[in-house]
Amino acid sequence: MKKLLFILVLMTSWAVSAAQENVAQDTASVASACHASSVGGDRLEEALDKAAEETDEHKFDIKETIFEHLGDGYGWEVPFNHHKRIPLPVIVWGKDGLHVFSSSRVTHGDEYVDGDATFKIATEGDYKGKIVEIIDGKEYKPWDFSITKNVCAIFIACIVVLLLLIQLARWHKKNPFKAPRKMTGAIEAIVEFIYAGVIKPTLKEKSAKFAPYLLTAFFFIFFMNLLGLIVVFPGGANVTGNIAVTMVLAIMTFVMTNVFGTKVYWKEIFWPDVPIWLKCPLPIMQLIEVFGIFTKPAALTVRLFANMMGGHMIVLILTLLIFIFAGAGVAIASGTAAISVAFSVFMLLIDVLVSFIQAYVFTMLSTIFISLAQAEHEEHGAHGDAHSAAAHASETSK
Amino acid sequence: MLAMILAAVEALLGLGASVAAGIAAIAAGIGIGKIGASAMEAIARQPEAAGDIRSNMIVIAALIEGVALFAVIVCILALFV
Repeated sequence: MKKLLFILVLMTSWAVSAAQENVAQDTASVASACHASSVGGDRLEEALDKAAEETDEHKFDIKETIFEHLGDGYGWEVPFNHHKRIPLPVIVWGKDGLHVFSSSRVTHGDEYVDGDATFKIATEGDYKGKIVEIIDGKEYKPWDFSITKNVCAIFIACIVVLLLLIQLARWHKKNPFKAPRKMTGAIEAIVEFIYAGVIKPTLKEKSAKFAPYLLTAFFFIFFMNLLGLIVVFPGGANVTGNIAVTMVLAIMTFVMTNVFGTKVYWKEIFWPDVPIWLKCPLPIMQLIEVFGIFTKPAALTVRLFANMMGGHMIVLILTLLIFIFAGAGVAIASGTAAISVAFSVFMLLIDVLVSFIQAYVFTMLSTIFISLAQAEHEEHGAHGDAHSAAAHASETSK
Repeated sequence: MLAMILAAVEALLGLGASVAAGIAAIAAGIGIGKIGASAMEAIARQPEAAGDIRSNMIVIAALIEGVALFAVIVCILALFV
């Protein structure tokens, strides 16, 4: 494990030094706005007019900036600099085969020529922001398998979860009857919270069969959410705010519920216990049930995606408020800065709570869906229970 | 005049999205407020069960918030897509 950590530190330091090769400054426009505002109260009107002009430009920049931070990219941002990025490999399958190159070759609108093919990041049109191949002046989208920021963040979250949980498993193998302490103990407490609190009460006998998937989903989502809140390199990627990622997680739950569903479950969907006119000439109940199979993962997707993206977007907008008000006078700007920073910190703290709650709700709902799909033949059992309960009640009341 | 208003599509999109997001916020507020109220009453009646009640309250609040965020996603789609 120490070797893994060492390699990770080496890679990080290499990446940061590679990103420091180029220098670029972009704060010129904001700096000039601040200059204009600090001239004096007499010139406030002039400053406001100038700021209004620049806020018009900034209005477009604001949408761009927000979506740039919330979305995916081909390099990883370095803090305190808008233009340097840690380059990540771009892996595309163009018309003539596989091309692998560093994303630093296509930053800032450069074109990269590799053999016969030319690649660049499209700046407008359908493929805006993505790598396109230029053949005869037209843009084609190749098969894109690049390690983008979100993919790299998924790898990092996987490594973190594996490190923590494999350590826990190894402790229990080495010290069979002792309780772990410190970090391992904390991870065990969380595992116990989910297993004894959510999985065992709902699934009862079948907990051991589904617990690996459910606990993996919980820890994966929890750590991806938390890493998205850290601002610097290993974190800062809004992974769960990407609907593709949450959709795949929901598809995993969909697969787990339906592939392992019992015969009783499928019978309840395709021939439920309802009056015949709801089933036979027009399959109304069947349609509703099949629709229900698909809406549950869809709800899981959108809930996790919207919560995480919403949290990040609010923090981003609060921070960008400072730049919007930057040209409107020193007092307003500093007041806005103070309030905005305080509110951003508050929202980030709430986001930590929301990360845990959303991971917990995802796991809990997956557990409930799986338990519903594991329904056994209960009719006679239920009647039997009711009869025996009534018999008991009448006996005890005598 | 109606034609003039209907021609300002972008402004209408913005207006519709903002009003809808506001309604979603009101609805989420009412729902979670009711959950909070009944949770408070339940804790007052039986203080030993406070831990259980609190966990269930947080889970149900997350579910209600999910529904409100579906509406917010639709608003964002209307504004930007």
